[in-house]
Amino acid sequence: MAETAQLSDEFIRQLSAVGEVDVLVGIPTFNNKDTIERVVRAVQIGLTKYFHRDRCVLINPDGGSTDGTPEIFKNASVSDFEIMLTSNPLRTFHRVSAPYHGIPGKETALRTLFVAADLLRAKACAILSPTSLSVTPEWVESLVRPVYRENFDFVAPLYQRQKFDGLLVKGLLSPLIRAAYGARVREPVASDLGLSGKLARHFLDKDIWDQDMTTFGLEIWMTTTAIVDGFKMSESFLGPRIQPAPQFGQDLPGTIRQVVGALFKCLEMQESYWLQRTGSEALPTFGFQYDVALEPLKLNLKNILDNFRSNIDQLVPVLESILAPATLADVQKMIALPDRQFRCSDELWVKVVCEFAAAYHHSAINRDHLLQALAPLYRARVSSFILENAKAPTAKLDQRFEELGQVFETQKPYLIDRWSAKAGGDR
Amino acid sequence: MKDVVLRSLNETFGKFGDMLLQFLPHLLVMLIIFVVGWFVALFLKFITRRIFAFVSVSRLSKDAGISQILSKADLPPAGDLFSSLVFWVVWFGFLLIGVDALGVPELQLEVGRFFLFLPQIFVALLVLFGGLLAANFFSRAALLAAVNANLPSARAISGFVRFIIILLAVAMALEQIALARSTVLITFAIAFGAIMLALAIAFGSGGRDAAHRMLDKMFPPSEPQKEERAKQEEISPL
Repeated sequence: MAETAQLSDEFIRQLSAVGEVDVLVGIPTFNNKDTIERVVRAVQIGLTKYFHRDRCVLINPDGGSTDGTPEIFKNASVSDFEIMLTSNPLRTFHRVSAPYHGIPGKETALRTLFVAADLLRAKACAILSPTSLSVTPEWVESLVRPVYRENFDFVAPLYQRQKFDGLLVKGLLSPLIRAAYGARVREPVASDLGLSGKLARHFLDKDIWDQDMTTFGLEIWMTTTAIVDGFKMSESFLGPRIQPAPQFGQDLPGTIRQVVGALFKCLEMQESYWLQRTGSEALPTFGFQYDVALEPLKLNLKNILDNFRSNIDQLVPVLESILAPATLADVQKMIALPDRQFRCSDELWVKVVCEFAAAYHHSAINRDHLLQALAPLYRARVSSFILENAKAPTAKLDQRFEELGQVFETQKPYLIDRWSAKAGGDR
Repeated sequence: MKDVVLRSLNETFGKFGDMLLQFLPHLLVMLIIFVVGWFVALFLKFITRRIFAFVSVSRLSKDAGISQILSKADLPPAGDLFSSLVFWVVWFGFLLIGVDALGVPELQLEVGRFFLFLPQIFVALLVLFGGLLAANFFSRAALLAAVNANLPSARAISGFVRFIIILLAVAMALEQIALARSTVLITFAIAFGAIMLALAIAFGSGGRDAAHRMLDKMFPPSEPQKEERAKQEEISPL
């Protein structure tokens, strides 16, 4: 039975009027007035175009926006919607927007959506980010169809990204999940995803919702839980992903703390699964992949390298508690390399990640501190990767990420050794 | 004359013999207390070690960063250290009780004073230990925050934070055992001011971006400045 205590009275009242549905699309919001209208219109067209014979609902759990987001959500409509309806008459289409109970945040919003999916007996769900600038009606189809028509339970998105965008995902999260869990999920922290009603109910039953990890690492937890619990996984190509420009001084250590910390925590919670697992499998992929010319990203590598050299030197006392002496020595050797020859090899990077994961598991130092200490090393790896692949075409980059994934897989025994070693006895 | 000397000597040796006969049982009691105390202390050390092993103190101390401090100071692990402390405190207590059993009034007075002073020493040691832990934790937090904010003297900032906290802990420990109270008061005032300064630096470092945004709103940057900033922006990691 759904946990209706999670829903406000207003939410329950609106859901009662909906009845059972086939497709549920959720857009959790909090002060997204600039981007929400575009997303709602895309979803509206997507449902009309691709699911006009099915019972559909669009739900907006709002975290208490003060900028009029819920009003924009309710009033957003497509100008030629009537013409579209004539050619593709919708069986039913409901729109629900209400604030949810609890602390505003992604975990509460998603939990609300899962409760609503359970109440409405939804067969397929899609969750879309309210901030995406590149969302199209086809995203709805790409995320819902594999679940609704092909009986998959989890659909991870696949984006075309700007060159070098999302290197934490491609260079750490995705390959580590691949090596540990044996599933090649290329976007494990995306805000756009599809899932079955069965999986939504499964997530609800898990004893996770009051834990710290759910703040930003929820996507990681959902991905790894779906793998561990044997749900059918797939990927769907959505096209380019364009987000609003990040604010100046984006907090990299904070992001690492939340996302990498969530993955390390998942490794700890699910070790009985991944310690036994070997090899990896690619997921079935839906959608037509195409390339769009995206504006290249700018980066001041010289600044980053200079900062790395001084930062690593200062962090040695902390890194001594985390890294093996040989790995630390290799990291220190990088300091002496001139800018153009600066390299952090795949093998060294994988060793660093494995040792950080094991040190996190053994609580070698305070876990928050440990994750913050990874930020300078990540910057060094990013710089090295960019220097190495500055002129490489996208296809070559994909090949590099595939090679990195293989190195992670090759080094899995090392991760297991470090992970299983008695705390303190491995240094 | 000879008789007087012999009688006097006889009396003296007699008194000495009486005193020795009176003292020997006390000495024996003292030695018995020492030996029993040693065994009791050893037993309590063993029990403490077992309890620590049962509640995984080594892991807890590692989590709290205690193990690191201890290893840096060439001290044994937390469980061993605490059980040794229990051994010495208990045996030292028995030693004092044994000395007290000798029945020497001056010694008894000093032993009594020491026992009254013991809880204060214990609390002072705890304060010092807590201070060392806090110093280690906050200095590492300051180091990481400063490094990630690309501040030029991260280790100096970290060392400064460590120094201030240890200074405060030592001052509090001395205050606890009532040693040099006025010095301690002045030290505390200086340390408190320094901590406020450290907090201001830490807040300034942590809230740099917020301040930046506020200033940007108040004084919008020029186009060349905007371009320079765009160059320094990081690639989105996610």
